[in-house]
Amino acid sequence: MIIQTRDIGKTFGSVLALREVSMSVEAGQVTCVLGDNGAGKSTLIKILAGVHQHDTGSFLVDGAEVRFGSPREALDRGIATVYQDLAMIPLMSVWRNFFLGSEPRKGLAFDVATARRVAREELRAMGIDIRDVDQPVGTLSGGERQSVAIARAVHFGARVLILDEPTSALGVKQAGVVLRYIARARDRGLGVVFITHNPHHAYPVGDRFLLLNRGTSLGEYRKGDITREELTGLMAGGAELEQLSHELSHEPDRE
Amino acid sequence: MTTVPADERIGSVGLARRLLIRPELGAVVGLIAVFAFFAAQSPVFRSPAGIANWLDPAATLGIMAVAIALLMIGGEFDLSAGVLTGTTGLILVTLATRYGFDVWTAMLVGLVVALLIGLANGLVVTRTRLPSFIVTLGTFLMLQGINLGVTKALTGTVQVSGLRRAAGYETARTIFAGTIDVGGTSFRVAILWWVLVTAVATWVLMRSRAGNWIFAVGGNEQAARAVGVPAARTKIALFMTTAVAAWLVGSILALRYTSVQANIGIGQEFIYIIAAVIGGCLLTGGYGSAIGAAIGAVIFGMADKGIVFLGWDADWFKFFLGAMLLLATLANRLVRRYAEEVKH
Repeated sequence: MIIQTRDIGKTFGSVLALREVSMSVEAGQVTCVLGDNGAGKSTLIKILAGVHQHDTGSFLVDGAEVRFGSPREALDRGIATVYQDLAMIPLMSVWRNFFLGSEPRKGLAFDVATARRVAREELRAMGIDIRDVDQPVGTLSGGERQSVAIARAVHFGARVLILDEPTSALGVKQAGVVLRYIARARDRGLGVVFITHNPHHAYPVGDRFLLLNRGTSLGEYRKGDITREELTGLMAGGAELEQLSHELSHEPDRE
Repeated sequence: MTTVPADERIGSVGLARRLLIRPELGAVVGLIAVFAFFAAQSPVFRSPAGIANWLDPAATLGIMAVAIALLMIGGEFDLSAGVLTGTTGLILVTLATRYGFDVWTAMLVGLVVALLIGLANGLVVTRTRLPSFIVTLGTFLMLQGINLGVTKALTGTVQVSGLRRAAGYETARTIFAGTIDVGGTSFRVAILWWVLVTAVATWVLMRSRAGNWIFAVGGNEQAARAVGVPAARTKIALFMTTAVAAWLVGSILALRYTSVQANIGIGQEFIYIIAAVIGGCLLTGGYGSAIGAAIGAVIFGMADKGIVFLGWDADWFKFFLGAMLLLATLANRLVRRYAEEVKH
């Protein structure tokens, strides 16, 4: 168990963003955090990533209680976060982005030759097919961008990889590519926290599923304990979905 | 990398595109065009003496343009930079002529004040998250007031002079405001400072960690911070660098003319920005080059003196300035679009 939260909570002024949420992340496993918009997914991962601090409950890394003051502290403990939209600087080249914030040095200088070579090798090792590491990240597709960010986190020794909706803005094919890299990171022994609102993306790759709704937990399930249908049902709020499908279905009796 | 098999999709990205995606390309084309225009009509313009003549304004402007380019790549503006050249010059001359400081100590005080003003600009911008355009506009007006108010209070006029009599003047002048003979033509030593500043800035941008951070905080500050880039420190350092450049230019000009007008530098802040933009800097940050800004400054120097060599009215300089700015911005946009066209 690398990461564990016990009844963790967070308030912003009078808003209860998160209440009594417990979850865990193990090495070589994928924990999926599912929930609709406003369910508290972002607040939860921001606590894990060191952006916010929790107000109640406890947050444990390697069994010891922690409270990160900054994203840097989380990174130093091996917890790396790949954000949905702000993962990369579009006008900078792939290799500059890859080493941003952790540039290899040679004396006083930024070791540009090493940076280029290592970026190329690491991307290749993850099976990521980038034509040219000198091209600006802005010219990559969404899936490629996520993949570069994942490869970067893996290279910098992340033990836990937090992925914030990596597939939500992607087409079917691109999402599949990203899911494959998630599996690959998992196979390399990383604990992955995969945030999504799409149970069809979560189910094939996940080992545990934490369901959030309006800031509270609907429970954490192991894969054996829940089917894809149950997961989908829970996410959409079961009855509501049935109601919706009823409303939307054709009624052949009436013209 | 010889071992890596070429990707069939790279094929067309040849030397031409690699050159074209350099941010300074537009400026280089402009440089050639402007040089050709004036050189064709004025033999003086292309003579060594003429070159020394137009490289001089290019140098003092260039030092500032390069510093402003770094700041703009980092996503911020500094409108107080022009007036700060006046402030530092006034401090130097006032302390050295009225309070018995030697030139070196007076320059040191000027440097400290400049660093503090840069620090203040940087702290206010990073803490309050107000646009630097507004914050430094405030600093600009305040410094303008101080420059005039203090000078008037001390001297009863709007200038301080007499630096020539101060201790240490001759050595300081040789280093900052002297001339060097190259093949019988004397070039201002400021040109060397400008080359040095451009070289250092280019190295920092392209070959140092700080350079990576500058591009990153200008390109997407939140993303940069999320991967551990000290965004606030980077920006504050950039404001302080700009202030040091203003101190250098202020000192060069004060040592050269031995007197400083209290209103010097007003209006220059936009010229620095324009030179940086002609050099390929984006107003939105995250893109640009120090060499480009230096070239932008040369274009200015050429136009400034070239118009005089041709015997035209100096008013045409402003027209030329505006036209150059528009052309350069358009050219830069085209180049950037072409560079990003690789998108599949």
